[in-house]
Amino acid sequence: MRFALYPGCVSRGACPELYASTLEICRKLGIELDLITMQGASCTGAGVLQEKNLRLGDTLNARTFAMAERVGLPILTICSTCQGVMSQANQRLQDDEYRESINEDLAEEGLRYNGTSDPKHLLWVIVEEVGIDKLKSLVVRELPDLRIAPFYGCYIVRPTSALKFDEHPEREDALEQVIEAVGAQVVDFPGKTLCCGFPILTINETNSLKMVANHTMDAKGMGADAMVTPCPLCHLNLDGYQPQAAKANSPMAPIDIPILHLPQLIGLAMGIDPKMMRLNRHIVSTKRMLSELALSP
Amino acid sequence: MQVTFRVRRFDPDTHPAIPRYQEYTLEMTESNTVLDGLIRIREEMDGTLGLRCSCRSAICGSCAMRINGQAGLACNTLIIHALRRDGGPIIVEPAGNLEVQKDLIVDFAPFWSKVRAVQPWLQPEGPEPETEYIAPAEDMQHLTGVMACIMCGACVSDCTVLNVDDNFLGPAALAKSYRFVRDPRDDADNSRLGALNEYGGVWDCTRCMQCVEVCPKGVDPMGRIMALRDRAMEEGYTNTTGARHANAFADSVEHSGWLDETKLVVKSHGVTNVKEMLKLIPVGIRAQLAGKRPPLVHKSIPGVENVQRIFDKVENKQ
Repeated sequence: MRFALYPGCVSRGACPELYASTLEICRKLGIELDLITMQGASCTGAGVLQEKNLRLGDTLNARTFAMAERVGLPILTICSTCQGVMSQANQRLQDDEYRESINEDLAEEGLRYNGTSDPKHLLWVIVEEVGIDKLKSLVVRELPDLRIAPFYGCYIVRPTSALKFDEHPEREDALEQVIEAVGAQVVDFPGKTLCCGFPILTINETNSLKMVANHTMDAKGMGADAMVTPCPLCHLNLDGYQPQAAKANSPMAPIDIPILHLPQLIGLAMGIDPKMMRLNRHIVSTKRMLSELALSP
Repeated sequence: MQVTFRVRRFDPDTHPAIPRYQEYTLEMTESNTVLDGLIRIREEMDGTLGLRCSCRSAICGSCAMRINGQAGLACNTLIIHALRRDGGPIIVEPAGNLEVQKDLIVDFAPFWSKVRAVQPWLQPEGPEPETEYIAPAEDMQHLTGVMACIMCGACVSDCTVLNVDDNFLGPAALAKSYRFVRDPRDDADNSRLGALNEYGGVWDCTRCMQCVEVCPKGVDPMGRIMALRDRAMEEGYTNTTGARHANAFADSVEHSGWLDETKLVVKSHGVTNVKEMLKLIPVGIRAQLAGKRPPLVHKSIPGVENVQRIFDKVENKQ
């Protein structure tokens, strides 16, 4: 099982712990990663570039798909936003006429996209290709006392047509399946597929922080010890801005719920050293949660 | 087949007026809709159930409500599509983000006042033509997409911004605004776009795509909001945090192929915005201490000149 890893901007920027923990768990899961092919790939545009110029975003993504097609490898993403934006672009690029017109702008680089790429998020690869049974077989440290709230965010659940939920109904509860597979308890809460607030953080901080506070306080109120997310942007807001969100919306007490990246949760169950996964590199400390597992960050 | 509905009930005249859930089980067929079920409940089992409906054909937009937690029209949701995988009852609740008046009936007054706020009528300038106003067919065909809106409020129900801020104009009103901004007969684009740049307007959308997903008519409200942002920037409304953010993002990708997170934040607020710059200091320190600060030297991706060429080519085409 070999993939071209598309790390996205954030795992190379503000969330290096996502990159590190991805490499750790992929090694154990038997997911072989080509780290070279996507080095020259650009940002997907994250939906922001698309605000300004949709065609420009589609051309950049077609370029990335063409690079993967050239080496005959499927793309693995580790960011929901990258995944969603790529899936949406890919849906438009299935139109032969549109794709050919985009290909005109790729020709100079010797690239051409034939429409065959099907980028997949690590979460989907685990559930659909590695398989939940294999994941279970790799668990060396069950986490029965850990209560984990899944947080999908937006881009990995909507729009369902671009994300092929019809073909893959298992995508709907993939996070819950993983949480159960690693032996932890699922804390279901209504905000799990809503916006984390990150996209409007600089534009309307008040609203953004309210979203952070609502989700983290709901999950905590329902007894969660931590939240897990497949999206580093959700992580940045729910973790990085949780102290401010608490100050603005919950003045009586801190919220203090750690926000784990998907591979960090899986890695914990696989017995990987928390330090290797940089669990000490979070804004909201993971210390208390890890101490329940007799570990330290 | 036997189907159980779990309906959220609310009667403002009871004391204390607290919402509760009530279950009804009835025999339904495969071709039945959720609305068929609710009407039968009201007519055969419990006449006190309050709901709005009229055409039963997804035209009038009266019966938007939440079905299994997601907004939609009860009249075009088949029972077989609403059956839950876990075998539990079909959960029926009133639309969200609007005040419940009784059971499944919500107060639409704020919905209409926001639609009115975008001045949903043509505002042509200059002398009236002697015959009718002429508009190119292509433009009007494009507008049929957004004119398909039946004002059912499904998008408003599930909007994640309205969930935290009543002041947001919301997807339905903004889509309606787009309909007039894009109408070739309308000459008020500049003032419309200026108003949409204010707090509560186009830049407050989180791009969460709830409205895109739940709209029963494929109106794509979020896509219209994105198009309004683009239009506003083209009209020269570039001095907003949102516009600066979009421009700084594009600059970064064009310059290095990927995102320079530090520069993006600084440029979005505007370097001369002392108050916001000061607010960033503790955030920066905290990130630094946690080892979460992006690399200080932002290196370009290999072959960035290819990305730059694409920017040149595509931007020059349009």
